[in-house]
Amino acid sequence: MEDRLRAFVTSSIIAIALLAGSQAQAGATFDAVKARGELVCGVHTGLFGFAAPDDKGVWKGLDVDMCRAVAASVLGNAGKVRYVPLSAQARLTALQSGEIDMLARNTTWTLTRDTANGLNFTNVNYYDGQGFMVRKSVGVKGAKELSGATVCVQTGTTTELNLADYFRANKLELKPVTIEKYEEVTAAYFAGRCDAITSDVSQLAAVRANDAPTPADHVILPEIISKEPLAVVVRHGDDQWFDVVKWSIASMVEAEEKGLTSANVDAALSSPDPTVKRLLGVTPGMGAALGLDEKWAYNVIKQVGNYGESFERNVGMGSKLQLPRGLNALWTQGGLMYTAPIR
Amino acid sequence: MSQPPVTQTPDEIFAREEEPVDGLHKEEAPPRARGSVLGWMQANLFSSIPNTLVTIACAALLVITVPPLIQWAFVEAVWSAADPAQCRAAEGACWALIEQKHRFILFGLYPFDEHWRPLLAVALFVIAIAVSCFPGFWRPWLAVLWVCTLGICALLMWGGILGLTFVETERWGGLPLTLILAAVGIVCAFPISIVLALGRRSEMPAVRALSVGFIELIRGVPLISVLFMASVMVPLFLPEGVTVNKLLRALIGIVLFTAAYLAEAVRGGLQSIPRGQFEAADALGLSYWQKTVLIILPQALKIAIPPIVNQFISMFKDTSLVIIIGLFDLLTTAKTALTDPPWRPFYVESYLFAGLIYWAFSFFMSRYSLFLERRLEAGAKRA
Repeated sequence: MEDRLRAFVTSSIIAIALLAGSQAQAGATFDAVKARGELVCGVHTGLFGFAAPDDKGVWKGLDVDMCRAVAASVLGNAGKVRYVPLSAQARLTALQSGEIDMLARNTTWTLTRDTANGLNFTNVNYYDGQGFMVRKSVGVKGAKELSGATVCVQTGTTTELNLADYFRANKLELKPVTIEKYEEVTAAYFAGRCDAITSDVSQLAAVRANDAPTPADHVILPEIISKEPLAVVVRHGDDQWFDVVKWSIASMVEAEEKGLTSANVDAALSSPDPTVKRLLGVTPGMGAALGLDEKWAYNVIKQVGNYGESFERNVGMGSKLQLPRGLNALWTQGGLMYTAPIR
Repeated sequence: MSQPPVTQTPDEIFAREEEPVDGLHKEEAPPRARGSVLGWMQANLFSSIPNTLVTIACAALLVITVPPLIQWAFVEAVWSAADPAQCRAAEGACWALIEQKHRFILFGLYPFDEHWRPLLAVALFVIAIAVSCFPGFWRPWLAVLWVCTLGICALLMWGGILGLTFVETERWGGLPLTLILAAVGIVCAFPISIVLALGRRSEMPAVRALSVGFIELIRGVPLISVLFMASVMVPLFLPEGVTVNKLLRALIGIVLFTAAYLAEAVRGGLQSIPRGQFEAADALGLSYWQKTVLIILPQALKIAIPPIVNQFISMFKDTSLVIIIGLFDLLTTAKTALTDPPWRPFYVESYLFAGLIYWAFSFFMSRYSLFLERRLEAGAKRA
């Protein structure tokens, strides 16, 4: 019985490897999307601010806006998206197998995923990192002072591994309290079962804003112990599609840099600025280079908004999560959001 | 005893026999012990020292838990509030969460303005089940009723004709999805399981090996891994761009899994039929199928009702595992409703709401199976 199962598993893995190889040559996702008239976009099954259905079952979030932006630039209509909610395990295979056209599901950009998994990462739409939150009354000023403190952490995540790595590297004594469910991790922290809680900083900020009885009693420590660049992914094999997705998202950042918003983009069509003229297709060429309509970026900005608008609406201070821009501010404002010139 | 003389009147016989009865009356326990509340309590709750201790412990537990629960769930609960801050201020349960989110929890991603369609479909489905529960309605027209009901439900859910907009299965969710998974799972798995159980007892080696192999393979893996195979492995084996509908993938996984388990329950029923029944059927010259369908299965399935219904109930609850494929069943929508940050602290209420719905259906199934058992048992006694 066991041998039969093992043989089956082995042959399955070989088959997957072969298929993954053959799919690298297949392609034409771009043509398929245009012919279908609908973008199939993989998203999270429910992560508020990034991708989650609202009370009416409509998908909302920063990742969802990436799908909408690509649909707007390729199809001219941000609403032409079919969302496929994916679990963490299923997300990469769904992309590799062609079930979805692109993946915007807070996926960390790593070397192995970019190479061996047969994927291409386009643009980072959120720079995240793991941090710590403690009660202000404890008086801890930095993560290095956490030696011997009990730390609440969700089990089975890279968060748990990063925590162990960080404490070992800094020769600190670690007393983790590992809990399976995220809600219970935060509940345990607020119940005083541990001195500190660790998770991605975006999550900690959301927890502080929404779950803490008094948000001002808690402080997020300045140390960021891991890099989590969350990026939009396509599969190997269709370079034109890769370009289109990459530049559709880049146009949102470029629009913010140029001060274009969904509200003023119509007025900006008569702008004398040559960069704006190129971006909005008043001076043609960019759309043709991508194989898109010259109005591609105009549609993105008009229907979805610039990156800053999307950020504020979904995760920023104007949203329920109330995250500061931090690393996700434009490069001109001390952040990492930067695009190559659109020309 | 000698015959009484004919001249004696019946009254005299009665009078004579009354005397000893009078004596018995005096020895009986005082009437207070029978029928009164105190008497009942003495007999059932405080009959011995261990019994008394258990009674006191249970009473203490009830006193400790029930009033705070009522306080939390009803007295101090917030029933209606657009702003979750009101819930935070209150001590009790936040049923306002259900008020705000019930449509999403019940119908998931289904287009908001079309929610009447899944609502109507669920209502029709429940009515059809209720009608089928009465033995008086077990007539051929019931099958027709079911075909019509399911047809109308499918029409309502899918749409695409009669002016209804088309809704793809990816957007189905909540209670209708859970019911579809459970109902299709039960209806399709049951016949397969009977075939498998018969196959396992077959005298043909190939059929037997195939049935045993299938049952053991499926029973050897958890449902979650069957679903995982369906969601992660199957797409890799298909050519690029060819995808099998997610709902169909989940259904196939659930049907195969349930069939394997049910087959063992049915086999248990088959094994309990005495040899004489088989021999008697053979002696009558019945063919294998006549024997199986007319003699063996009716008896075997009746015996196997408890394990079969057990499997149905467990499968109904297992449908919540379809989140692994990214389908929004009832439990997933209850969970997803909680991703909205201001409402996040009130997960107990959301899970209770979903749990209550699961419980209602499961409890109904278990009670109905008891009724069915008693009814079929009564039939056997009359015969």
